[in-house]
Amino acid sequence: MILQTKPFRKNGSMRLRALVRKEFLQIVRDPSSIAIAFLMPLFLLLLFGHGVSLDADHVPIAFVAEQPSADTRDFEASLLGSHYFSVVHHGSMPEAEQALREGTVNAVVRLRANFGERLRRPDGAPIQAIVNGVDANTARLTLGYLEGAWGNWLTRRAASNDKQLNTPVIMEQRIWFNSELKSRNFLVPGLVAIIMTLIGALLTALVMAREWERGTLEALLVTPATMTEILLGKIIAYFVLGTGGMLMTVGLAVWLFGVPLRGSFWLLWACASLFLLAALGMGLTISTLARNQFVAGQIAIVGTFLPAFLLSGFIFDIESMPAAVQAITHVVVARYFVSIVQTLFLAGDVWAVVLPNALALLLMAVLFLGVTWRKSRKRLE
Amino acid sequence: MPGRLAGSLNMPDSEPPILVVDRLTKSFAAGKQRIQALDDVSFAVAPGVITGLIGPDGAGKTTLMRLAAGLLVPDCGTVTALGLDATRNSLAVQAALGYMPQRFGLYEDLTAQENLDLYADLQGVPKESRKDRYAELMHMTGLQPFVDRLAGRMSGGMKQKLGLACTLVRPPRLLLLDEPTVGVDPVSRRELWAIVNRLVAESGMSLLLSTAYLDEAERCQDVILLHEGKVLDRGPPARMSARMDGRAWSVLAPTRSLRALQMTLTGTPGVVDALVQGEQVRIVTTASGFPEDLACRPEMAGNTITPVAPRFEDVFVDMLRSRTENPQHPRLRPTARIEGDHAPRDEAPVVIKVNELVRKFGDFRAVDGVSFDVRRGEIFGLLGANGAGKSTTFRMLCGLLPASSGHLEIAGHDLRHAAATARERIGYMSQKFSQYTNLSVGQNLDFFASAYGLAGKRHREQLEWAEEEFDLGRYRNQLAGDLPLGYKQRLAMACALMHGPDILFLDEPTSGVDPLARREFWQRINALALAGVTVLVTTHFMEEAEYCDRLVIMAAGRILNMGDPATIKAAARSPEHPQPSMEDAFIKLVENAP
Repeated sequence: MILQTKPFRKNGSMRLRALVRKEFLQIVRDPSSIAIAFLMPLFLLLLFGHGVSLDADHVPIAFVAEQPSADTRDFEASLLGSHYFSVVHHGSMPEAEQALREGTVNAVVRLRANFGERLRRPDGAPIQAIVNGVDANTARLTLGYLEGAWGNWLTRRAASNDKQLNTPVIMEQRIWFNSELKSRNFLVPGLVAIIMTLIGALLTALVMAREWERGTLEALLVTPATMTEILLGKIIAYFVLGTGGMLMTVGLAVWLFGVPLRGSFWLLWACASLFLLAALGMGLTISTLARNQFVAGQIAIVGTFLPAFLLSGFIFDIESMPAAVQAITHVVVARYFVSIVQTLFLAGDVWAVVLPNALALLLMAVLFLGVTWRKSRKRLE
Repeated sequence: MPGRLAGSLNMPDSEPPILVVDRLTKSFAAGKQRIQALDDVSFAVAPGVITGLIGPDGAGKTTLMRLAAGLLVPDCGTVTALGLDATRNSLAVQAALGYMPQRFGLYEDLTAQENLDLYADLQGVPKESRKDRYAELMHMTGLQPFVDRLAGRMSGGMKQKLGLACTLVRPPRLLLLDEPTVGVDPVSRRELWAIVNRLVAESGMSLLLSTAYLDEAERCQDVILLHEGKVLDRGPPARMSARMDGRAWSVLAPTRSLRALQMTLTGTPGVVDALVQGEQVRIVTTASGFPEDLACRPEMAGNTITPVAPRFEDVFVDMLRSRTENPQHPRLRPTARIEGDHAPRDEAPVVIKVNELVRKFGDFRAVDGVSFDVRRGEIFGLLGANGAGKSTTFRMLCGLLPASSGHLEIAGHDLRHAAATARERIGYMSQKFSQYTNLSVGQNLDFFASAYGLAGKRHREQLEWAEEEFDLGRYRNQLAGDLPLGYKQRLAMACALMHGPDILFLDEPTSGVDPLARREFWQRINALALAGVTVLVTTHFMEEAEYCDRLVIMAAGRILNMGDPATIKAAARSPEHPQPSMEDAFIKLVENAP
């Protein structure tokens, strides 16, 4: 008289549909899910699209000409004409140094008294540039811009005087992929990776931990639903949510911020899906370790979100990191995806970049989902 | 219904048991220690009846339930449910039985209907049969008007019934309910019992139900008494209480303080148990018949002694007492600040004045116009289900939560202006015995003594007092989190009493502890009250209300009735209930509430 003992083989699709529907109802009704899935991405997009810029623009510099002449005025005018600088004229060196100390200017450009005279000599005239090195990034940029401005001015002067400049080679810069050198074009695509990490790993780890905390998972486990169905229910729901986040980010990047998408959108979609699976795998792996929301949140932030932010090449170039840190970045899933998105957006379908990275994503996705599947049993211990 | 219960006891023994537990052992790692949750437990559950798994917190009830549901793997031994090994065949077992975990397993952000649909889908209930099944379940639970309400917005009693309905969408042959009645109000408790009785009678379902309420044992056909991971006893509850026949007595002492009498009787040779119950002291003797020498004692002169029916709790207390070699009978040395003199209660000064107290959370009125006075040396109870507003009232009284409106006065201080001054006079013991679990017992005591500003000699004295009085000395270096529950409760109380407060607030102080620890706790409370300490206590144990001098019954933030236990019970007297219990009185009040 034992009941039919294998009812769990049947009705699998009905159970899965029920689980997915449940997840969506919960997502819609839970303000914290909405906040992490849509508000936070929106905030990050606006912040990185508008607020954060790694470019130096209108850098305040002090200009000191010890003996003003037509030449010094001409050079000063060329600096004034550039949007890179805002020039503050100072009469004397001590005054300019004081401004540098007070931080009202970032650099001092000094033309000596004999500037005009030496300019006409064959070995040319030197200029002095003192740069505030506290912010190394801005200092380097400022110096670079100054060198460029000086070079341009000399070239232009030589051309107008119809004289051959005694520089053996003339360097002509041409910048590829991000020809306007806008850091926004480089940051916003990387945000896709950050936002999908938030939804895939952090949110998934949190909601799974919440099921443990509230005892609902215990009730689910004692139903005919299999662990695979319970996990699939979560993966499907948060995969859809993550894809939504990706589409929103890509849409805003292209239409609101005017970032060019040079590669194939479908290729981007495919790679993003791989990355999302890996992120979901990480989130679910975390939830097998931590059964309360606080711990799960901590692990997800330290283990997935911060590495995606700092070690993925999203902001900081991996090539310029110390060798040891570079080695660590190889286990950061986001790095493979960041390099794909940046390439697809700014360069196009460069298969030599996309393929190996996509392969790495696939491996990571299989690894993490495999670990979750192996670790999750219909048990409480 | 009683006829049916008695009848089903005579079911044929030939039917194979529906659940067999054989030499089951399970332990968990807790830090460096291992906790033995179940120790060589064996029993069988008969089909078609209600079997109660009864024991205090930490007895191993939940572990046993989870093992039976195949959610845990035993260290050794086997569980066979519905003829299948619950560990090896867990999927098949889970597909066939119904299980409601402690917090009902409901999704709070889904409506009642959505929860039902989810579980119906998961259980593979065919679409065409759902309509009838839902109608049946909604009729049974009375939840029809609330199907579109979010589960998170429901009261404890409604959640409990919805959880049960979800477990029953596909009628299981074996139903496991893990503490379904904890924390819900007596009305819901009674309704739940009516529902499960009908289920078992009508569908022949077998039910294993765990509970920490000993009075619920009497509602089961068969009982397994679990304590510290071991089976103490098992069998029909009537047979177990029959052992106590002729050992329970009621003592009416018109001329004496009942509390003093109870304290003398406790620990007297020949007495197992003595409790103040309304206007009498109820005692249980070690053997049948009232002992001669006890009757001859001076304090018994002039008292009326009548035999009363034994209760299931007597069985448990008797069993625990015989197991404990060195019974603890606390003799409380009053803390230093309390002076000896205490006027009769009616003339004692009012120390707590509450007038039209209101606390709102958003537009929800957790406490809605509560007024009462408490006199010095009184034990004053706040009785109500979870969510009735007891704890919120308490937090306002302790100055932990500002009142939305109303007047509050503690020991002559208006709490709005002098919360800190008033707080020096009060001791507070919170629901979860909130000590620092990762500090040792000694460190906890030391910290709380310092936090209350004790220094030098007094600090040292009070620490010694606490260790001696609560028998905590031997646990001094153990982490508070690793203590047995009864000792956690003692530690919490020691910390609350450290500074010699003259008003004591106790929030659910006996929740989940075993009956001996509960008795010991009330002994201390009585001693404190006799010494002039004013005690306010919240509880959802109806019988504990009997130990109070006066009490209020609360529901939905309002006071339904106030008075001494006898008056409150008398108000519920009716032809059907000539001798109403506190629970009857409570139910009547809640039902008649507007």
